[in-house]
Amino acid sequence: MLLFIFLPIISVITQSLFIDHEQVFVEVENCNFFGCEKAMVVDNEATEQLRAEQPLGRFVGLANYFNRAHLANSEIGTAWGNSESMGGFFKELFNLPLYRALAFTLVFTFTVTPLLIILGFCIAIGVNSLAQRVRGVVIFFSLLPMIVTPLVGSLILFWMIDSRGIIGSSLQLLFDDPDLSLKASATLTWVTLIVYGVWHAAPFAFVVFYAGLQTVPQDTLESAMIDGASRWERIRYVVIPHLAPLVTFVALIQLMDNFRVFEPIVGFNASAHATSLSSMIYNDLDGESRLLSSAATSSVLTIIGVVILLFPVLIRTWRDWDRKY
Amino acid sequence: MFKKVLIAAAISLAGTHAAYASCGIEKGNVNILGNEFPAIQTIGAGAEACASDGVTITTNLTKEHKNIQVPSLTANPAEYTVAIVANSSIVPLMNDDLIQPLDDLIAKHGGNFNDNQKITIGGKVMAIGFMANSQHIVYRKDLLEEAGVEAPNTYEEVLAVAQAVKDKGTVQYPFGAAYAAGWGLAQEFNNMFLGHGGEFFKDGTAMPNVNNETGVATLNMMKSLTDYMNPDFLTLNNNEINAEWKAGNVAIMQMWGSRAGPLLDGDDLAPGVSENTVLSHPVTVGGGDIPATTLWWDGFTIAKNISDEDAEASYLAMVNAIDPSIMNDEVATQAVWMIDGYKPTPASAGVFATIEAGAKPYPMIPYASLLHTALGAELPDFFSGKESAEQTLADVEAAYMTAAKEKGFISE
Repeated sequence: MLLFIFLPIISVITQSLFIDHEQVFVEVENCNFFGCEKAMVVDNEATEQLRAEQPLGRFVGLANYFNRAHLANSEIGTAWGNSESMGGFFKELFNLPLYRALAFTLVFTFTVTPLLIILGFCIAIGVNSLAQRVRGVVIFFSLLPMIVTPLVGSLILFWMIDSRGIIGSSLQLLFDDPDLSLKASATLTWVTLIVYGVWHAAPFAFVVFYAGLQTVPQDTLESAMIDGASRWERIRYVVIPHLAPLVTFVALIQLMDNFRVFEPIVGFNASAHATSLSSMIYNDLDGESRLLSSAATSSVLTIIGVVILLFPVLIRTWRDWDRKY
Repeated sequence: MFKKVLIAAAISLAGTHAAYASCGIEKGNVNILGNEFPAIQTIGAGAEACASDGVTITTNLTKEHKNIQVPSLTANPAEYTVAIVANSSIVPLMNDDLIQPLDDLIAKHGGNFNDNQKITIGGKVMAIGFMANSQHIVYRKDLLEEAGVEAPNTYEEVLAVAQAVKDKGTVQYPFGAAYAAGWGLAQEFNNMFLGHGGEFFKDGTAMPNVNNETGVATLNMMKSLTDYMNPDFLTLNNNEINAEWKAGNVAIMQMWGSRAGPLLDGDDLAPGVSENTVLSHPVTVGGGDIPATTLWWDGFTIAKNISDEDAEASYLAMVNAIDPSIMNDEVATQAVWMIDGYKPTPASAGVFATIEAGAKPYPMIPYASLLHTALGAELPDFFSGKESAEQTLADVEAAYMTAAKEKGFISE
């Protein structure tokens, strides 16, 4: 716990309070195969001294949290002052990277989580009513979406939903619209990502609910049948109340999982239309720019987000616990 | 992961290169980090041929090299003794002072390479180049002939060619370029911006200079091109564009020289594609005379935080790897080599034409990658129709300023 959770969090928080030293430049002449040109380079000797004096960089307090890449309070203030309508304000708000990412992350989390719980429950009920002989095979196939690595799964779908792919061209036929593209519009991209999210995570809910179904007290079910309860009434009044604690458990896990949505955005090359908190962090760390402080700040904000998100569920779990024992 | 890459690289390289005697290395460890494509694999194999008793040589050639080069060379001693870089990826190593000047090693050991292969920064040789690369126009001879148009010399003509091919109805989306959000889209902006005569930064400072008429003209030309592209263009990278080309769905495209070579000959191409594919030349835009593209070199650098013994061993192994004697028919098709004895092939015609046309090299400036990242993140809003060109360019500059302040390139 101390080594793998506490210390990294401390390190991330520390990093988010600092920025790099001011760089000292010198102009030099660069020559290569293609000719010579004047260009700036970092004066390493001068910078070295600054680094030795303050190895962590410049302390800036919470400035990283309030800059444009994160909470952007001054930009929001300007937007509030300048925009004439709420619509105009929101347009400017969602033009800021953090809020754009947050919008998709929250929409994704709060549509995918309930949908996957419902779908997982339906699959579990369906499989549970199958004959014992075929159940093993059906369970295996139902679990496949979860077994496939998210990045690979989304890459496969990426090619299938391409306007020349099997799903893409079928949809064009179905809607009789040769220009229909799931990847070109923001709305359809969001829908695709959400469908993918449900497809990928439903097996998890299914497995948990299926295990729960095996523990439904048969006596209660039988007495309900004797009382003349229909199949639906038995599910509504016996099975669902019995599985309720499991719903809390699945919701808890999946809220956390979906809040850090990342792989499908990369797999679907969807960053033009959808960004998430995790993809923001990835972009900061990827490639040549390596914005460590910015990534650290986004990470701290993500941790805070997860805590806020899980608060209601945690309180509920704690109350349930309290009531039972 | 690292081990796997190492093993895979070792297997794929085994036996491709004749072993030389130990290349004059007595002892030392050489550990090479680099990108992964056939030309770099040839170089890696050339260095590995110098291994002998007391001299270990390993390579890690991976697409992820950019992400691991700074952390692994910051370690002391450095994880890798050699980093194979391009003109963009040498910059982070220079910024953090992680590679050493090669002048002393050259004076002591020499090497069979030309003076123009030396990459000098401020008078010191920091890298030795061995190949060049660029993006340029590739077209389908047959489709252009059918539509009755000539190969274009400007982007305005590219639009006309695309329209003619589209009118002919042979292909639905005649133009292709890697416009996927992120690095690729930003790179196309860079190309078009330079073609319009733009300067990325205000004279001698780190202040951005893209939110102006040149920037708007650049975006408008790119937008006009997207009318002839697959509507999914914001998700299509080089790999996907190449796949479309192989399927015969594209008539004209902007592609990397290093990636277009395989299109001239391969068994996974639709009938008629390979024999009609022409790697031509870059085009200009807006009446300018500088081609709308950038030039790139690949070369090797030697880490700073290593022992002198390892530095000498690394230098000797790499000099052996880029020796003119490596050149043969197969190696010649892998890249546009700067190495003596290389004879241009049809696969290199485009890159040579780019060099001759006087294209600018990709800027080797400490803060260029930050602007590149900001462009990649903000430009999609313009192409998806959410924002005006001016708003998008203002966002790019704002995003860049935030990042540049954090990195200390601009003071508050």
